[in-house]
Amino acid sequence: MLFKLEKRPSDSQLMAYCSPLLAVVLTLISGALLFASLGHEPMKALYTFFVLPLEDLYGWTELGVKVAPLLLCAIGLMLCFKAKVWNIGAEGQFILGGVGGGYLALQLLDVDAFWVMPLILLFGALCGLLWAMLAAWLKTHFAANEILTTIMLNYIALNLLYFCVHGPLKDPDGFNFPESAMFSDSTLLPVIIEDYRLTISIYFALFAAAVVWTFMSRTLLGFQISVLGEDHSAARFAGFKEKKLIWLVLLVSGSLAGLAGVAEVAGPIGQLNPYIAPGYGYAAIIIVFLGRMHPIGIVFASMLLALTYMGGEMVQMDLALPKSLTGLFQGMLLFYLLACDLLIGYRIVRAKSSPIADQA
Amino acid sequence: MDIELITNILFATIRTGTPLLLIALGEMVCEKSGVLNLGQEGMVLMGAVVGFMASVITGNLGMGIIAAVLAGALMSLLFGFLAISLVANQVATGLALTIFGTGLSAFLGASYVGVGIEGITAWHLPLVSEIPVIGKIFFSHDPLVYLSWVLFGLVYWCFKRTRLGLTIRSVGENPEAANAIGLSVLQIRYLAVMFGGAMAGLAGGYLSLAYTPLWTEGMSAGRGWIALALVVFASWKAERIMLGAYLFGAASIMHLVLQGLGFEASPNLLAMLPYGATIIVLMVLANDAIKAKLSTPLALGQPYRPQL
Amino acid sequence: MKRIELTNITKRYPGAIANSAVGISVDAGEIHALLGENGAGKSTLMKIIYGVVKPDEGEMYWEGERVQVRGASHARELGIGMVFQHFSLFETLTVTENIALSLPKSDVVSMESLKQRIEEVSTRYGMKLDPNRYVHTLSIGEQQRVEIVRCLLQDVKLLILDEPTSVLTPQEVDTLFKTLRKLASEGCSILFISHKLDEVRALCDNATILRGGKVSGDCVPRETTTDEIARLMVGNDTPLSEEYKKALGQEVFLRIKALSFQSDDPFSTTLKDISLQVKSGEIMGVAGVAGNGQEELLNLISGEEVCDASAVTFAGEAVGNLGPRQRRELGLGFVPEERLGRGAVPDMSLANNALLTAYHGDLVDSGWINSHKVKSFAAQIIEQFKVKAAGIDAQAKSLSGGNLQKYIIGREIIQAPKLLVCSHPTWGVDIGAAILIRHALIALRDQGAAILVVSEDIDELYSISDRICAICDGELSPVDEMKNVSINQLGKWMAGDFSPLTNQAVGV
Repeated sequence: MLFKLEKRPSDSQLMAYCSPLLAVVLTLISGALLFASLGHEPMKALYTFFVLPLEDLYGWTELGVKVAPLLLCAIGLMLCFKAKVWNIGAEGQFILGGVGGGYLALQLLDVDAFWVMPLILLFGALCGLLWAMLAAWLKTHFAANEILTTIMLNYIALNLLYFCVHGPLKDPDGFNFPESAMFSDSTLLPVIIEDYRLTISIYFALFAAAVVWTFMSRTLLGFQISVLGEDHSAARFAGFKEKKLIWLVLLVSGSLAGLAGVAEVAGPIGQLNPYIAPGYGYAAIIIVFLGRMHPIGIVFASMLLALTYMGGEMVQMDLALPKSLTGLFQGMLLFYLLACDLLIGYRIVRAKSSPIADQA
Repeated sequence: MDIELITNILFATIRTGTPLLLIALGEMVCEKSGVLNLGQEGMVLMGAVVGFMASVITGNLGMGIIAAVLAGALMSLLFGFLAISLVANQVATGLALTIFGTGLSAFLGASYVGVGIEGITAWHLPLVSEIPVIGKIFFSHDPLVYLSWVLFGLVYWCFKRTRLGLTIRSVGENPEAANAIGLSVLQIRYLAVMFGGAMAGLAGGYLSLAYTPLWTEGMSAGRGWIALALVVFASWKAERIMLGAYLFGAASIMHLVLQGLGFEASPNLLAMLPYGATIIVLMVLANDAIKAKLSTPLALGQPYRPQL
Repeated sequence: MKRIELTNITKRYPGAIANSAVGISVDAGEIHALLGENGAGKSTLMKIIYGVVKPDEGEMYWEGERVQVRGASHARELGIGMVFQHFSLFETLTVTENIALSLPKSDVVSMESLKQRIEEVSTRYGMKLDPNRYVHTLSIGEQQRVEIVRCLLQDVKLLILDEPTSVLTPQEVDTLFKTLRKLASEGCSILFISHKLDEVRALCDNATILRGGKVSGDCVPRETTTDEIARLMVGNDTPLSEEYKKALGQEVFLRIKALSFQSDDPFSTTLKDISLQVKSGEIMGVAGVAGNGQEELLNLISGEEVCDASAVTFAGEAVGNLGPRQRRELGLGFVPEERLGRGAVPDMSLANNALLTAYHGDLVDSGWINSHKVKSFAAQIIEQFKVKAAGIDAQAKSLSGGNLQKYIIGREIIQAPKLLVCSHPTWGVDIGAAILIRHALIALRDQGAAILVVSEDIDELYSISDRICAICDGELSPVDEMKNVSINQLGKWMAGDFSPLTNQAVGV
């Protein structure tokens, strides 16, 4: 072997920041190769995927439309992952927020009052919180692995959504399509720019990022969450209450994902249908890793992942490629990132062969 | 309920339980060696799509199964490279594998959605399949079901009796010690991970070539995850995995049972059953915390790099 | 012809040279000591011989022929056996299964015949073993026997033992030495790694002494004084031993009353009816072989495990049901055995690690961290306890064992605890740091703090404790003033024999 890995005495801060950039570059290269192998001109296809969607104001507002739910989910997940609570359930919490908020919106279709919108948002967040609470209860009370419980809750949530749109919440005048009635104006979030879909939920997301940033860097509770995640025994030794922290991170994360869900149905979508959750909860997992578990990084990572959704749609329209390229790019990105992260703790050195080894 | 219905339900239980059995057996071997691969779902999907494509292209179901196994093993190799050679976090790498596998399988299979094939047909075993009831329940399946029993026997025997089984367990319990007594920890872990991948791929092939048989996006429907829970439920014991797989199989075909009993219920609500059952199983396990601790491979999920 | 000879062995790690041009040779039937302080490079050299670490330079000759050991299994083929300090055993497997794994496949015809061979060999060398037992049910001494028997089953020509006595009671040490002498008399060479001079003088024919990765001298231990060897080990700048005045203590601060406890962990030891009192202004030592309930007892004192409120009291206040935070507020300081991964968070900065246990003071104001004060507190620890580190932003894992231990002990001591509980305060620490730590403990005692030290290092306990007892299988021995407890007495206590030594003599 010409090169070998050598453990660094302490982690490289530089590589911690460079690794995501490197991963993006590697993903782009792989993407280019992929497009070339499919018979498309690589640069043009990459341009279609990553640049074309952002050509005009509409593109940028649409980016915001996707950043808002991604960022809300990811900020919550960041708290969980900081504590090494592997909440994979943002997807389900998102759906519950959507279903819960959507249900209330459908009940209040004819009420035109200032409190309707806040109430719907609160209720959606509450539904997400309750869904996460189940996972917290299972983990703290039964020591049930949260990865498995939250995944199962995701599938249950998805089936609950299907049940609702096929049954109780189906639009009676909807020609039997599995979707609810359209929401009324008083139950829809206000948009920021007239005629575009971007709603004020992007402000909620940015606000949440700022609050969580302060919380994690300045408060003892935030510090406790970090310690719990880094070193379980140290947290016990220091007397930090593990169960309390698990409840805290899961509930916050659940309500943020729930908020994202209700803001989506009472925003750009404007009704309940089976497609309200295009995997934002899973993409948020990648965002948290890519964003280095830091709110600023997560904001940028959300934008990149939002772009992969738009790029997927764009290549479907322009190049007639399957939309599932989105998931492929997301998966590749996370793989490359994990591989590059090796360089934080290790460095590559020229292997000096030992004289004894030369003998062999 | 008449005997016919019961026979049908039990027959369907075995069919439905088979992919779970395959995935869980593979994951058990993998976890015994100390590696937690959460990428089952991605590997199953890749097995399903590649197996399906290979059969359509070659027109040969056997080739399809081989391709499915290879696809699963290759995916697990990717996982192994990151989690074993590059000591990446196993939880994150497993999640990445699932996300990647879901995306890649959807991409590869985009033009195969809706394509129909003649699935793998049942193989009525001579003589024994003639036995009333029993014959129908156990001996009128497709060959992959019988293969799953053979594989079960092999895994069971490996950990009961063989040195290989001991070696895998030792690597999963204390990799430092295993390295110190001269076992090649990384090599053994790679092999265990690839066995897990091959089994997941086989399960995928079973789904797309025998069970349904067709390809749809995300057709594994969480079976990879349920199998992960199953391994915990079974305390890493092959015989309990088999039992668990068929119990979950039964939970998944509850609609058959309910229809038999004359109930009407929303298919969406019934579809929640296996997932709900998984959660309940995880709750019940809490009563057995001490036993679980004794049977969990001690080094599960911990990356190992020999110091040179 | 030498059995084994190493010349000019050099091994570099990033930031450190573990071995520098080391040479050593051992004859057939010779018991050869490899002496050195912690961090002198003994373990690295052994791992090189055993093939699990590759040297950067140097040559190795086995029975006159140049060899390159490719790994542990190759080493064993040559006839080299090794007993590790941290045993390389698998707890959930039986003795036989453990041994079968390390033997070549062709050697294990059947488990039954292997069991017989294990029984044969273990009886022959006076090391009784039940081949059917699971390793996690064995005592540490018995686990060591498994390691030794494992080597003996393979026709071993060179047996390497890494600090084998540090986990044994004095009586067990005697038994081990008998076995080793018998082996040597049969022609087996033995490489005995230690830092305990008395043992080396009692057992070994020759000795090689390492200091800072280099050979600092060779000697025949029986013909060399302890002081001379010690000088070779530590150099000229370090005092060889320290005498501390004993103290009597005042009021009882920590009182444990009739405490019995069993945790959920199946591998843990059950504590049986433990009563113990530690006074302000004294150091109480608890001796014992690891895994006899120390961990469980310490967890109950630190609050990481809880029990009946009244079973543990601090200055009369019942604390048994309180968590670590409340106990710290009542004056507890705690230095756990595991430095990285309990006492300190490996990936966090020293500043954050300072906050880890000091968060109940003025570093935090109604939930908000005062990062300025945290930083100056961390800087104070580094300065006052002479911690060598890149600064307060250095990751805890980047520090050497000794420096990290100084930092952790400093963090606890500067908070002025009324009760300091210390587990293995100088384990694996270089001698300079060890002396500084012992000084700090004595100074804290003289300021009136109650101190409880749990250690496997008997010499250390003798040097700093005012009163002493031992723990064995979850039971506590009687407690007595240090001066009244002979090494023999302590050894009996450590082995679970709590009857007074003079019982028969007095003829009660």
